[in-house]
Amino acid sequence: MEFDTITAISTPLGEGAIAIVRISGDEAIKIADGIFRGPSGKSLLQVNSHTIHYGHLIEPKSGEIVEEVMVSVMKGPKTFTREDVVEINCHGGIVSVNRVLQLILSQGARLAEPGEFTKRAFLNGRIDLSQAEAVMDLIRAKTDKAMNVALGQMEGRLSKLIQKLRQEILETLAVVEVNIDYPEYDDVEEMTHRLFLEKGNYVKQEIEKLLTTSQQGKILRDGLATVIIGRPNVGKSSLLNSLVQENKAIVTDIPGTTRDVIEEYVNVRGVPLKLVDTAGIRETEDIVERIGVERSRAVLKEADLILLVLNYSDELTAEDESLFEAVSGMDVIVIVNKTDLPQKIDLERVYELARSHKVVTTSLLEEQGIDELEESIADLFFEGSLEAGDLTYVSNTRHIALLGQALQAITDAIDAIEMGTPIDLVQIDFTKAWELLGEVIGESVQDNLINQLFSQFCLGK
Amino acid sequence: MQYEAGSYDVIVVGAGHAGSEAGLAAARVGAKTLMLTINLDMVAFMPCNPSVGGPAKGIVVREIDALGGEMGRNIDKTHIQMRMLNTGKGPAVRALRAQADKFLYQHEMKRTIENQPNLTLRQGMVEQLIVEDDIVKGVITQTGAIYRAKTVVITTGTFLRGEIILGELKYSSGPNNQQPSIKLSEHLEELGFDLVRFKTGTPPRVNSSSIDYSKTEIQPGDDIPRAFSYETTKYITDQLPCWLTYTSLETHQIIDANLHRSPMYSGMIKGTGPRYCPSIEDKVVRFNDKPRHQIFLEPEGRNTQEVYVQGLSTSLPEDVQRKMLASIPGLENVEMMRAGYAIEYDAIVPTQLWPTLETKKVKNLYTAGQINGTSGYEEAAGQGLMAGINAGLRAIGKEEVILSRSDAYIGVLIDDLVTKGTNEPYRLLTSRAEYRLLLRHDNADMRLTEIGHKIGMISDERYERFLAKKAAVEAEKERLQSIILKPSEEVQSVIRENGGTELKDGIRAADLLKRPEMSYVHIQQLAPSEIELDDEVTEQVEIQIKYEGYIAKSLQQVDRLKKMENKRIPEDIDYDAIGSLATEARQKLKQVRPLSVAQASRISGVNPADVSILLVYLEQGKIARISQ
Repeated sequence: MEFDTITAISTPLGEGAIAIVRISGDEAIKIADGIFRGPSGKSLLQVNSHTIHYGHLIEPKSGEIVEEVMVSVMKGPKTFTREDVVEINCHGGIVSVNRVLQLILSQGARLAEPGEFTKRAFLNGRIDLSQAEAVMDLIRAKTDKAMNVALGQMEGRLSKLIQKLRQEILETLAVVEVNIDYPEYDDVEEMTHRLFLEKGNYVKQEIEKLLTTSQQGKILRDGLATVIIGRPNVGKSSLLNSLVQENKAIVTDIPGTTRDVIEEYVNVRGVPLKLVDTAGIRETEDIVERIGVERSRAVLKEADLILLVLNYSDELTAEDESLFEAVSGMDVIVIVNKTDLPQKIDLERVYELARSHKVVTTSLLEEQGIDELEESIADLFFEGSLEAGDLTYVSNTRHIALLGQALQAITDAIDAIEMGTPIDLVQIDFTKAWELLGEVIGESVQDNLINQLFSQFCLGK
Repeated sequence: MQYEAGSYDVIVVGAGHAGSEAGLAAARVGAKTLMLTINLDMVAFMPCNPSVGGPAKGIVVREIDALGGEMGRNIDKTHIQMRMLNTGKGPAVRALRAQADKFLYQHEMKRTIENQPNLTLRQGMVEQLIVEDDIVKGVITQTGAIYRAKTVVITTGTFLRGEIILGELKYSSGPNNQQPSIKLSEHLEELGFDLVRFKTGTPPRVNSSSIDYSKTEIQPGDDIPRAFSYETTKYITDQLPCWLTYTSLETHQIIDANLHRSPMYSGMIKGTGPRYCPSIEDKVVRFNDKPRHQIFLEPEGRNTQEVYVQGLSTSLPEDVQRKMLASIPGLENVEMMRAGYAIEYDAIVPTQLWPTLETKKVKNLYTAGQINGTSGYEEAAGQGLMAGINAGLRAIGKEEVILSRSDAYIGVLIDDLVTKGTNEPYRLLTSRAEYRLLLRHDNADMRLTEIGHKIGMISDERYERFLAKKAAVEAEKERLQSIILKPSEEVQSVIRENGGTELKDGIRAADLLKRPEMSYVHIQQLAPSEIELDDEVTEQVEIQIKYEGYIAKSLQQVDRLKKMENKRIPEDIDYDAIGSLATEARQKLKQVRPLSVAQASRISGVNPADVSILLVYLEQGKIARISQ
């Protein structure tokens, strides 16, 4: 895989207003050009080297605008890697950078391995001899770190699912292989197109499910859908304001557009939150009142995180209790606000209602308890209390990319089956999906198949 | 008393399937060659299955033929039946298999060897190698004959310290009660080679006249005449069938009741057996939910009553074997002529070899076949061919040949052996090849004739024929690209008849051929060629066009791999000097000493980071040299 086109986020994550995604390799400019639209419609393939261009990144299939960007085009060899390099400057923050990265990956670039840009720079003669040792150590260190992360994830839910799926594919492949290598072997089922299609569709569905239900995958693309609820006047808008002020909104939709539910993005300690119905909170302080009971139920249902706000200086009401009921079974953080005022709330009852959910007391007015709240959000995300929350950020991008490729491979296989392509050719894409899934969990041993063959079937002359 | 017995370019020790190819190949590339065998009556003998080919293995036979080897031609002349397997599947996995007349096979091979210029065949048991300064100089036989040579190829099969095990009986022996080779094994150990103990087995043979064939199913050969060799023009039409029967519940009960007498389970056998060729007792124990196992009855030749009982490989005692046979439908009254047995033997750990099959320890010494831990005649012959070619080329001062994994199954086989080693007798399977679609039965000549011709294995005349075929294929492919078929009634009706969707617009003939329901015959009907084309040509055209997309994908992968294959690792590299390598990777690299970065990346235990580090290190050396 040497010297194919690679890409990675080159700036620290989740910090800074601007982030840079770098692409390097023969296809770098072509890939960037495929997703870039400048105001004059000029192609990046035609621009001079070492120039920078303003424009938008678009999803080429739908034409939808993804980001507003500045793109630097630098042709080799006068670049860091001595290959063609494109650097895309986009808005900082995990959500937007990831969207850009995903878009580039979908265009055929490969996610760079740890230290790979530096490695290329070296291999292409950019770095001098004295730096070689450092490069080797860098590769080692970065890889070991990535390996540790991967190993940590081996215990996770996602990797278990993937292992199961791989085993399923492997058993199917073993049948295909046995059919080929032992054509006269009588009592192994013949892998027919129909059977293969069944397996293919199953695998496809599972991968799709992984991609869509993988909470974090969704979070990385869209942010953690967060809804603030509470009775009027408990401090919902203060909470919203302090989250936004503290953490700089990434994207702000302008209220007054035709959309019912307005969203606002904030980045809390590296966790991207998509605050739903912020306009509603600002205007009427009551989501239910504003968009109706049914809609609000739907919004709640789709939420990943609920911030339930209570009033410290007021007694719990039946409405409060019903809010607890409405969010049962969801990820909730309970915020008891207005500790600057005298206590009237029955905290014991609050803890009782909150059950295992975290309860944070704040005085948003006096900026008390906000740190603790932010920490609770981060904990919830990083310590795996959220579903599938066992993945860390870096490998997650890798995982999504790999899962996407695996999905493509299995789709190719299904298309081929439907075309009536011989099974041993369909098997090529099936195997590819299996290998890609293996890469997700850091397992790609070819000998597995042969072992499977001999343990699954009684073979021999 | 030792005496000087002669001097050669190449000496081949052994004349089985590896040795025969090695001797012929060395002689054919132009080296004066001597073949030594323990018993001249056993040249190219088939001690086990009387068959050649099958999935992956059959393609190896085609490759041997495309490189100018003998196995394909020999089986074409001596088979009793041929079948193309996997015809219902894609082109990549079609495989030819022949049942051999095992006596004719070995006699024909012996005749070819005897008539080969530059080649001497002689009886003699080699007991010692002459090695000076880690370079082999010749061999010494049991009778004291000293033969000198520039290179030596060892192809001793299962003879090295061979031991036959049959029930409670165990004795020192080569296959089929031949004399084993004991001293050579000890000598190899003295030279510092790591040996392992492997095991294989063979089933009993029975008398055909005592079989009740009415209780079995007939397995005839193909009606279409088939051949392995691209040179064969005369086809054998008079074929003998094989027969299929099954073990019964009673067979399994007999095995169960006698397991304690099985050397496999009593601990008498210590060698590692192959998983893909288990004994019947193994099958019954490991898969005890299977009510019956297939048994193929295969005639061993035209002039013998002996029948090979495929599927009943066993080392159970003779009396148990008789009872087992009698419990199989059709064999109730069968007369067992020879009992099955297991054989243990020494093999050398194949990671001690370079990809040329030369040993790393002793220069100019090559090993091939079962001694390298493989099993199967075809695997042996493929290695024998390459070892013979390389020993011959080395002896006459020419550059050696290494086939890559994308060139041939033989390349896959040898690369697996020398890079990964094996902990059981190694058998080729199509799933071991990552470029299965490129390594097809039909295109062995396209892949390898060029190489065969370059090293003198393929005659100019055959090469010219090959070039003509290649040109015809290209011309026909171009023609089909250029012809546009209009949606005329004739075209639409052919499409309809084959269950396809009718055309809306004109279409290139080549694109129409890509549709799954269409074959070359249909296209030929709609756009007939002016010149008559050979079946081999139209087959190539059809496969190359139909599977273009998949083939292109595979070729892309190969290109990427080639870049890494081209990054050579110097033989004298000091892995200890590369600080950042992981310990396991360092150990493996020191052991295997890969020739290229691609080979390094295939070693288990060498992970991508280690490969990166290795690349950087190699580049560092290059920069250091430039800056000096």
